[in-house]
Amino acid sequence: MELYSLTIHELQEKLRAGEVTAADILDSVYQRIDQVEDKVHAYITLMKEAAQAQAAAADTAIRNGDIKALTGIPIALKDICCTQGFTTTCGSRILHNFVPPYDATVVEKLRASGAVFTGKANMDEFAMGSSTETSSFGVTRNPWDLTRIPGGSSGGSAAAVAADECIAALGSDTGGSIRQPAALCGIVGMKPTYGRVSRFGLVAFASSLDQIGPFTKDVEDCAILMNVIAGYDPRESTSVNIEVPDYRSFLSRGIEGLRIGIPREYFIEGIDPEILASVRQAIAVLEKAGAKCVDISLPHTEYCLAVYYIVAPAEASSNLARYDGVKYGFRSQEGRDLLDMYKQSRSAGFGDEVKRRIIIGTYVLSSGYYDAYYKKASQVRALIRRDFDEAFKKCDIIATPTSPTAAFRIGEKTDDPMQMYLSDIFTISANMAGIPGISIPCGFTGDGLPIGLQFLGGHFQEGTLIQAAAAYEKTAGMSALIARQKQAKMNFA
Amino acid sequence: MEFEPVIGLEVHAQLRTDSKIFCSCSTQFGAGPNTHTCPVCLGMPGVLPVLNRKVVEYTIKMALATHCRINRENSFARKNYFYPDLPKGYQISQYAYPLAEEGGIEVEVEGGKRRIGITRIHMEEDAGKLIHDEHFPSSYVDLNRTGVPLIEIVSEPDIRSAEEAADYLRRIHEILVYLEICDGNMEEGSFRCDANVSLRPRGQEEFGTRAELKNMNSFRNVQRALEYEIKRQQYVLEAGGEVVQETRLWDDAQGVTIPMRSKEEAHDYRYFPDPDLVTIAVSDAWIEEIRGTMPELPLEKRERFLRDYQIPPYDAGVLTTSRALADYYEEVVRLCGQPKVASNWVMGDILRFLKEDKRDIRDCPISAAALAEMIRLIEDGAISGKMAKEVSEEMYRTGKPPQTVIAEKGLVQITDEGALAAVIEQIMAANPTQLAQYRGGKDKLFGFFVGQVMKATQGKANPQLINDLLKKMLA
Repeated sequence: MELYSLTIHELQEKLRAGEVTAADILDSVYQRIDQVEDKVHAYITLMKEAAQAQAAAADTAIRNGDIKALTGIPIALKDICCTQGFTTTCGSRILHNFVPPYDATVVEKLRASGAVFTGKANMDEFAMGSSTETSSFGVTRNPWDLTRIPGGSSGGSAAAVAADECIAALGSDTGGSIRQPAALCGIVGMKPTYGRVSRFGLVAFASSLDQIGPFTKDVEDCAILMNVIAGYDPRESTSVNIEVPDYRSFLSRGIEGLRIGIPREYFIEGIDPEILASVRQAIAVLEKAGAKCVDISLPHTEYCLAVYYIVAPAEASSNLARYDGVKYGFRSQEGRDLLDMYKQSRSAGFGDEVKRRIIIGTYVLSSGYYDAYYKKASQVRALIRRDFDEAFKKCDIIATPTSPTAAFRIGEKTDDPMQMYLSDIFTISANMAGIPGISIPCGFTGDGLPIGLQFLGGHFQEGTLIQAAAAYEKTAGMSALIARQKQAKMNFA
Repeated sequence: MEFEPVIGLEVHAQLRTDSKIFCSCSTQFGAGPNTHTCPVCLGMPGVLPVLNRKVVEYTIKMALATHCRINRENSFARKNYFYPDLPKGYQISQYAYPLAEEGGIEVEVEGGKRRIGITRIHMEEDAGKLIHDEHFPSSYVDLNRTGVPLIEIVSEPDIRSAEEAADYLRRIHEILVYLEICDGNMEEGSFRCDANVSLRPRGQEEFGTRAELKNMNSFRNVQRALEYEIKRQQYVLEAGGEVVQETRLWDDAQGVTIPMRSKEEAHDYRYFPDPDLVTIAVSDAWIEEIRGTMPELPLEKRERFLRDYQIPPYDAGVLTTSRALADYYEEVVRLCGQPKVASNWVMGDILRFLKEDKRDIRDCPISAAALAEMIRLIEDGAISGKMAKEVSEEMYRTGKPPQTVIAEKGLVQITDEGALAAVIEQIMAANPTQLAQYRGGKDKLFGFFVGQVMKATQGKANPQLINDLLKKMLA
């Protein structure tokens, strides 16, 4: 067994036992990167030298008996997380040379826990996309089938974990950007409750929806990373100051008696039949293990996508105004005067999808349209939130497919934004309501592509999601299935 | 037709907090360019604002002082526009839910009192500033001021003359400075004002089309700009024309308002709630706590001065123009017990000295105690009023207490009747002709003898005593 294929908890055991060093682990991961990165293209920037120094420091710490939660564990960061001294591009030409003088809070926390950073992972430009095809730095390919997309926007992070180019990764989720690529790459991805993980240092896309979360190979690793990154941050006003439980303590609680809500609006036509069957099968497994299924309704589901494509672009149009060529990042040298400099810099610096959303967002906030679009959308958003409040009176978690399809082919949806937007139809509602969600692997299509099962929970109920996910993973023997599939299918040819 | 001006004012006041509104950078004026900046006020990617509680507290003070309703829940919005001095591409301000609304203050014009309504008071962040190179086609950006807290105080269109506008501004300025929440410095831009002005036929309810005036950086300029603009609109209307709704800039050198290029004002700010900040909850307990720390306001102080010190309204007005001056005056009164005399000295000599030196009362070399002591010396007859003028000048120049000055200058008044009588005897003996003429009925010569006594005593003789003795001895 190669070290790169192991999980955080497996590696930590070996580190504690003195069987391996952090340097060994990093070497193994970098060997893997050397093997497959030119095919997968999960990274925008590799941080090998700094990582070697971190690994050396980890080994020193271990020798001194100082092992923290992530000591010596190679982790990839979505290139939306600011890293002091290392380029943070957000997948955009306009930030191609931006080096932040600060770390994001999550980066600080990972550093403090002894993590080793492999590099900055590719992503859709400013996290706008569901396929990682809108990146200014090239497409990331799905390790399960290199002709397919890894999902998005955190496709680089997901692909890096799935291809063993890191042990775990961080991503960000504004409408499904962690859960959907996790599903399409056959790994675990969690979007925490809004306010649970600090957004400080996360380059903003839609501030009321963005949330950072982990990509891991199994549920236990998800709990380990959540233990590190969750918590109040005085530098973020929307961060919530409530106690963080030990998420690992939920891993072995089982599923007996847990009420699982099945929302009728999420099991509809248009879902790939293989996916529907796999998710239903997973629910049956849970029921057999002692969970109780409850039929629930989330009546405003049909408006989620529309509301999202008003609220998110509106916030984005404002958040992205700072990229004007004045202070940092890309500035066009063509500008004749100030206005022209703005226009040239932004025209050349942003890609099409980002421009599309800036235009939509500007439009819905414009005088005369605000009430009809932004204001109305905010009102409907409140109704969507209420749907979940009502639903969680009847159940503990909600189960749905993560994505209506498995990984699609590169280029398949790039010319049809509406089709692309539908990729997030099951994930967007959690961001609208601010609730946590997790995607875990629940099987494979006939073509050998991973399928994801999504659990949603009430505010700050990440523990319950981890509990259910861990129970399912164990009962379904998922880790072994994935390992077998990987052996058989993941060949990078 | 007779026209009535309708004026509303928007005041921007910088709050005197130590740190900026959304980060911990210093708000100090005059530092090297971009030295008071951090990733937050520079608008770097991924950084987030955290509200400075002091800003809310100061704004609540202003709201209480201007009798506004304080919204127990209020929030920030983003005002979106592009400009290099605005690093985020939006200004964080309050829009739909300001901190305070529906207040007002009293102004006084031509003896009459009027209430001018205040529509709202809201918090926002200041922008930076551009510095243009005169020799080179480039501009520089200084972001030290970016994120300095501001409050915007918007009046109702209740103001009816340029004079009234100027008085309203002075009152607002006075309150801000009294509350010690704004330094009121107009040159450094800590206190700025824009005006909306329109005309309507007297008696008409409906407002006319308004122009917005900017770039007036003193009370006097606000008044001049409004006077000019009122006349300009009157000419336009009387000539049968229409006032165009536009922004006009005051040109101080030429004394006119000129239209801003329309391109510069064609903004749709696309306000929307700032998702990075949470609703500000203001509890009753917090308001009461702040109310407990409020100083006496200018109007209250003025009324108390009238009542307690029995001084004329004019005096009360002058003495309460600043808290420090009022405190100084009150200390003098407390120590000397003579309100009107104290008022005369403070308003007269003291303010004249300070004005000549462009000094603040807080830096006055004559302490309140020293001035009170001098007033007591006059009262006791130790020095004459005339001598006191000389003494006070010396006290101001040297900072020495009155006794020291008097001793050094040998200014002690001669109040010894015997000594003075001896002097008078000598003068009578030396001027037999004048004495004979006086006694012969030439009363005017009394002054001659007074002068001789003063001369002989180098002005140190008590004038009252001279008078009494001369009358007795010359008779």
